[in-house]
Parts: sequence; structure tokens; C-alpha cells
Amino acid sequence: MTTHAPTLDTDMPTVPQSCDLAVVGAGPAGLAAAATAARAGLKTLLLDENPGPGGQIYRAITRSPLPEGAVLGPDYWSGSPLARNVTTSQVTYLAQTTVWSLARDLELGISRAGSAYLIRPRRVILATGALERPMPIPGWTLPGVMTAGGAQTLLKSSGLVPEGRLVLAGCGPLLFLLAAQFLEAGVKIAAILDTTAAGAWRAALPEAFDFLTSPYFRKGISLLRKVRAKVKIISGVTALQAEGEGVLRAVSYETASGKGRIEVDTLLLHQGVVPNLNLGNAAGIPTVWDEAQCCFRPDVDGEGTSAIPGLAVAGDGAGIGGALGAAERGKLAALVAIEALKPDAPVLSEKPQVEAALSKVLRGRAFLDRLYRSAEAFRRPSGDTIACRCEEVSAATVRETVKLGCAGPNQLKSFLRTGMGPCQGRMCGLTITELMAQAQGVSQAEIGYYRLRPPVKPITLAELASLPKDESAMKSVERG
Amino acid sequence: MFRRLPEAKGDTVLITVDGKPVTARAQDTVAAALLAAGIDHCRTTPVTGAPRAPYCLMGVCFDCLVVVDGRGNRQGCMVQVADGMRVETQQGKRDIAR
Repeated sequence: MTTHAPTLDTDMPTVPQSCDLAVVGAGPAGLAAAATAARAGLKTLLLDENPGPGGQIYRAITRSPLPEGAVLGPDYWSGSPLARNVTTSQVTYLAQTTVWSLARDLELGISRAGSAYLIRPRRVILATGALERPMPIPGWTLPGVMTAGGAQTLLKSSGLVPEGRLVLAGCGPLLFLLAAQFLEAGVKIAAILDTTAAGAWRAALPEAFDFLTSPYFRKGISLLRKVRAKVKIISGVTALQAEGEGVLRAVSYETASGKGRIEVDTLLLHQGVVPNLNLGNAAGIPTVWDEAQCCFRPDVDGEGTSAIPGLAVAGDGAGIGGALGAAERGKLAALVAIEALKPDAPVLSEKPQVEAALSKVLRGRAFLDRLYRSAEAFRRPSGDTIACRCEEVSAATVRETVKLGCAGPNQLKSFLRTGMGPCQGRMCGLTITELMAQAQGVSQAEIGYYRLRPPVKPITLAELASLPKDESAMKSVERG
Repeated sequence: MFRRLPEAKGDTVLITVDGKPVTARAQDTVAAALLAAGIDHCRTTPVTGAPRAPYCLMGVCFDCLVVVDGRGNRQGCMVQVADGMRVETQQGKRDIAR
């Protein structure tokens, strides 16, 4: 029997036991943080699950099968220098490496090629990025339904595009960016079902000036124009349903002017991105509700510093600010680490430039947050619609359980196992908070989020058993 | 279903899915290879036996769990294909012996 151990790149560095700074995640924030720290001479370790650098936004940037230029667009390829800066620097970059725990004393538990290791860095920056906000509509678990981000990943890393009838549904810039990339690649889109709330433009208006003078404006307008010219866009969608027995057949929708139904092979859902909280939450960084972005984020300051000594969060994992903002926030967090470990490093003089660049690229964000705020109907499902995909728990069951007296998401785990399946709450966490807030008539902040525990990614007993053992560990299992 | 863009470069590798030969590209993850091969679901759920397919493609949803070279509960979107790899769709819970 042949077994394929996880394949690692040929020039694979070994896992060091200690370092000055460990950065978790090789997206824009992590790449910028690691490169900045290495420039100051810090012994820097960059850990990432994927086979190559880039995170999700610059996914497969060094290994995409697509030629540079056309399909993916200039914003994607602009991530190349970030990746290059790290690969040509002194950073020890460990790809295909999973971080499954982080203790308050900053001990990291990692897993690589079937073996586990513990590392003790002096400081840690979490750059774990964002994930797509769950979009729990009826039928969203059917094969044929996928996230827009997922489809974009297939395009970037494998050059794959949907075949057959395709509909995109939801709201947010990514939906239209993906539509433009598909059009560029010659993919036909039957329709875009736009769930942007009817009053959203009015709500966003007070923030419009910043947006009009931001770099996003011109790009956004030309993107919308391009997509509108070629795709039927149905606006003001208030309800969606994926239909089919065992596989997707159609999507039905409602607007103020009536109902519609489109036969489809692929339905791509998206309603914005939210911080990926799991590792920081499990390490003990408190989680706070961000009303403007309608999601939870870790409680860190503007430079990413948390209440746990030496631990920072940078990039979208600390609150959504976009790829360009993430890179600047990565640099800022690295400068804080450098200040602590090498206070005379020349690179520290760059801080004002980084702060200026950050405030420039964050311009217009408040407008986007308001315009693309996910509508309540798509955050608070009802009836048989699945809220927890892993344990297949419906919205109605969650509501009934709240009526029985279940007070919060952590208690709900023991009633229904929500958040206890393999995804560890990543796909249901926000939906559970929203449903419990609605059922109890209180705010999401009052309900709170799951308290997460390590391991934040599954690890096998064999991997755990491979951990190097010290004497006390050996003695602890000795029999008298 | 998904198709490969003609401009996408890359070497081909041969894997098997439930015993049948499937051609993939070296840079594919198992999940990408399954979708490119038109395999409409990669597992059935342990709770109701409902079919599921890859959903997020970034390692967070765990809907693409498959058996790889005899080992169950592998995230298809996080495992790179390799020549000769044996992939099986996963029925219900992971078999404890795997």
C-alpha cells in the first residue's frame, strides 16, 4: 500500500524550537509583518496552512496556473511583491503547517507533515484573516451551492470555473469582483441576485464623501459598470432558496415586485467577510461585538496589541479593513514587536509612514460597511433552514431551545452540539448569536460568542504522540 | 460542475476516486480535483446521511471531508493531490479504524 504523506516543498526548513516572533498566517498582514520583522533582524517564523503564500486574497500568488494579467486582474497580481519580499528574506517560512493551539504564555502547538511540535516564541502576531459570513438560506448545504470565495479559490489556484447555469447571490464587493473575473474568463452568468438592502444606500450616504475620494471608488464603479453591461442583475432580493433533492436544481427568490425561480447548476453565495477568531479566542483574547461591521472581532487596539503580553492580531482577523489595510496593519504590529525586542532598530522610524498609508487605504471603509451590511433576513434564518451545518441543527430548533431557557451559545453546545462539530463554530457561530439575540430580544453583544478551546484545528493522536517528551511527561505515565 | 480554463497550465497527475481513475493537475487540492472531475458530492453526513460537496475551499467548513490513502476525515481542500493517491468519498462518520 502506498501512502502519500503530506507533500512538502523541497527546500523545507526545519521547525525551530524558539524564535523572536512567530506570525500565524501568510496573507497580506502576515507577509508584511514577517518581512518587516526580519528586516529589523528579528528571528522570524511564518506559519501557514496553505502550500504557498498569499492567504485567501492572494491565494496561489506564486503558483497560480493562470498567466499573469487578464483573468484575475491587477489587484490580485499586486500581491506578488509581498510574497516575494518574504521568500527572499531571512524569514523562516513554514508552509503546509497547521497551528492548533496557542497558550497565554505564547507556546504554539503546530502540526507539520504528520508530526506535532511546540514552539516558544518571544512574541506572536496572529494574521489569521477573514472568512465568509455564513449565509444560511434554505438548501445552502446542497451540493452545487458554494461560497463565492470558494469558487474564486478554485479559479486562482486551479484555473477552474463553473460549468452550466450559474447564479451569484448576496452582496458585497467580492461578489462583483468574482463576476467580473468570470466574465473575463468567458464564463456565462445567468443572473446576480443582489440582496443589498433597499435602504442601504441612504444609510451609507453620510460616509459617501470619504468613499468618493478613496481608491475604491473608481475601481468599484468601473467594476459595477462592466458587470451590469453583461449580466442580468436582480436587485432588492429579500428571500432566497436553493432547491433540489440531494443536488442543486434551482434557486428561487423574492423581491418587492414578486417571486422568481431560475434553474441552476451552481449557486455561489456571499455576504461579506468576518474575522476568523478561533485561535485568538482560544488563547484568551476577549471577543467584542463590532456593530458597524455586524460581527465579532478580537479586543485589540489600533496597532493590534491585545491584553495578553506579547500577543497581537493584525489584518482582517482583527476587524475587516481589506487587503491593502491588512498589509499596513501587519507592518504596524511588527513595529510594536520590534520596539519591544530591538528598540534601536532603524526600521522603527518608518512608523509614521505606515500610519499615514493605513489611514489612506482605510478611507471609504465605513461606506462599504454600511452599504453592504448583511440584511437581517440573511443573518437570522427560520424554520427548517440549517443553522449549524456540521450537526444539522435547524433555526427552529435553536429558537425552541432558547424557549426552554438556554441562555447563551456556550450552553447551547450541551443542548444541541452547535459549534461542536468539526468546523468548531466557524460556520454557525454568528448565526447562533443572531438567532439567540432575536429569540431573547437582546443585542448580539449581550448574547456573546462561543468560547473556543484548543485544538482549534483537528489533530490526530499520532501527531500528539509525536511531540517531543521531557522527563516530567515521561514520569507522569510511569506506573508504581 | 467545474471546467478547467484552457489557459491554465500545469502537469497532470493520476489519482483514483472510489477506485476509478481520475486525472488531476499537480497544483490541485483533492477537493478541486473532485469538482473538476464532475463528482457531485464527496461525503454523506454522519447525522442524516445527506450528501455534501466542498463549500468554502479554504479549510473552515469541513464539508469536503474524504478518505485519503485509507485515512478518513481529511479536509479535501487542504490536501494536495499526488500521483497514485487513493481518494474515497466518505460515508457518514469516519471509520474508527481509519
